[in-house]
Amino acid sequence: MARELKLMKGNEAIARAMIASGTDGYFGYPITPQSEVMETLMAEKPWETTGMTVLQAESEVASINMVYGGAATGKKVATSSSSPGISLMQEGLTYLAGAEIPCLIVNVMRGGPGLGTIQPSQSDYFQSVKGGGHGDYQLYTLAPASVQEMYDFVFDAWDIAFKYRNPVLILSDGAIGQCMEKLYTRDNVARWTEEERRKNAPWGTWGKPKDRAHNIITSLELDSARQEVFNLKLQKKYAEMKENEVRYETLNCEDADYIIVAYGSSSRIAMKAMQMAREKGIKVGLFRLITLFPFPTKQLAEVAAHVKGILCVEMSAGQMIEDVKLATKCGVKTEHFGRFGGIIPTPGEVLEALENKIIK
Amino acid sequence: MTEEIIIAGFGGQGVLSMGKILAYSGVMQDKEVSWMPSYGPEMRGGTANVSVIISDERISSPIINQFDTAIILNQQSLDKFEASVKPGGLLIFDPNGITHEPTRKDINIYKIAATAKAQELGISKVFNMVVLGGFLKLKPIVDKQYIHEGLEHSLPQRHWNLIPQNEEAIEIGKGLIECVQQL
Repeated sequence: MARELKLMKGNEAIARAMIASGTDGYFGYPITPQSEVMETLMAEKPWETTGMTVLQAESEVASINMVYGGAATGKKVATSSSSPGISLMQEGLTYLAGAEIPCLIVNVMRGGPGLGTIQPSQSDYFQSVKGGGHGDYQLYTLAPASVQEMYDFVFDAWDIAFKYRNPVLILSDGAIGQCMEKLYTRDNVARWTEEERRKNAPWGTWGKPKDRAHNIITSLELDSARQEVFNLKLQKKYAEMKENEVRYETLNCEDADYIIVAYGSSSRIAMKAMQMAREKGIKVGLFRLITLFPFPTKQLAEVAAHVKGILCVEMSAGQMIEDVKLATKCGVKTEHFGRFGGIIPTPGEVLEALENKIIK
Repeated sequence: MTEEIIIAGFGGQGVLSMGKILAYSGVMQDKEVSWMPSYGPEMRGGTANVSVIISDERISSPIINQFDTAIILNQQSLDKFEASVKPGGLLIFDPNGITHEPTRKDINIYKIAATAKAQELGISKVFNMVVLGGFLKLKPIVDKQYIHEGLEHSLPQRHWNLIPQNEEAIEIGKGLIECVQQL
C-alpha cells in the first residue's frame, strides 16, 4: 500500500502499521479497549499478502510466550493488550528483557486496579517504566498522543528494538485507541527475507551454520560473576538509550511562567488547557513526554529552570510526577492533577487545577 | 475555523456513523479532524454520543465538554448536553420523543423533524443523513463534493449504490430544518 490519507481509530492504526512495517507475527488475546487491533488484523488477512502470522492465543500468558518463541528467531513479533492483560504478561516481559529479545508490546490502558473499567486511564506508568516484572530491566517506552503517532511509532519501535536488542512498549490508552483521526499511511516495508533476518539478527536461533557456535537465547545464568557482567551490559545499553533515544515535544515553553507536563491523551487535553490559559493572558507551556523510558530528565530540567510552577496531568493518582520531581530535583513547585477509573479530565478542569494548585 | 460538535442519541440511530461521515468529509477537504465516541457499557442499547471536531488547525484535545454545536436525537441527550453548548452556539434537535424542549435563551435553537420525515418517505435507514443535511444547511463547514467522498470512504464498496440515497437525504434535511430561536 502506498502513502494514503485515511480516517481511522488508533487501534486500527496500530494494526495497519504492523502489517506495513513488515511485522512477521502477532499473537494476542482480545480485551477492551484494544480489541480493534486484532479485529483489524483478522479482517485484513495479512497472511494472504505479506505472509504475516496472526493468531489468537488462549490467553495473554500464552501470547507473550509466543512472542518470546517467535522473536527469539530474530523475527519481528508483536502483541497488544490492555492493562489487566499486560499484568498477566509481566513475567514474559522480564524474560524477554533478560534474554535481550527485540519485540513490540502495545498497552492500550484502561482503569484499574484489577479488572477495573474499560474506559481510558494512565495508571500503568509505574508498571511500564519501573519494572512491572522482576529484575533490573527497562522497556523502551513510547507514548503516542495521536492516531498518526500510533501508526508511526510501530515503525520506530522496530528500529529501536533491533538496534538495542530490547523489547519496546507502546503505552497508549483507550482514548487514543478509540479516537478516529486523520492518518497518512506509509509505503509498505517488506518483511525481512531469510538473508536479511540472518544479517539483522545474527544472535537469533535460526539454525546453526558450521562457522559459529550455537546461539543460545536464555535469561538464566547460574554464575553470579557472569550475571553481574550481563547486568552491567544491560545498564550500559539503558544508559545509551538515555543518551541517544530521548524524545519529547515542547509547546510555548520559551516564555512560559508555568508548564504542564503530560503524555498521551492527557497531553492533548493539556494542550487545550494551555490554549485556554493563554487566552486569559496566563503564560503556560506544554512539555509532552514522548519517551517515558528514557525520561527526558535533562531537557525537562532545562525548561523547568525558567518557570514558577509545574502541573503534572495524568489519568492516575500521580505516578509520572515522581520522575518530574526527580528531574527538577524538587526545585520548582510541582503538583499533580488527574482523574481515575476511566474518567477523562476536561480541559477546563485542567486549567482550574493549574490556577488553584499552582498559580494561586 | 474550528467547529466542535457533539452528536447524541440512542444507539442504532446512526449517531456514530453520522459523525464518521462528517469527519471523513472533513479529511477529504484536507481539514484536521477528530472523532471521539463515548464507548463502554452505555453504548449497548442505551445512549450513544460522539464528539467531532473539524478544524483548519492542529486539534488539541479530541475530548471536550463545551460545544459549538449539539445535535440531539433524544430526551436523555438533550437533558445531558443542552448546558454544554457554548453561549451563542447552536442546538439542533429532532422533536421525536422530546417532552421538554430546550430552554436556553443564549443559544440558537433549530429543530428538524427527521424521524417523522424519514418514516413518511420510507427512508428510515438514512434518517441520520437527513439530520446531517439540516446541520450542513446552517453550518456548511464541508463542501458537497467532499461529503460525496466522505460517504465513499465511510461506506463499504458494496453499499456505494446507496450513496445517491444518502445525498438525497442530506438535501431533504436542508429543506426540513426550522428555526426555533435565533439570537
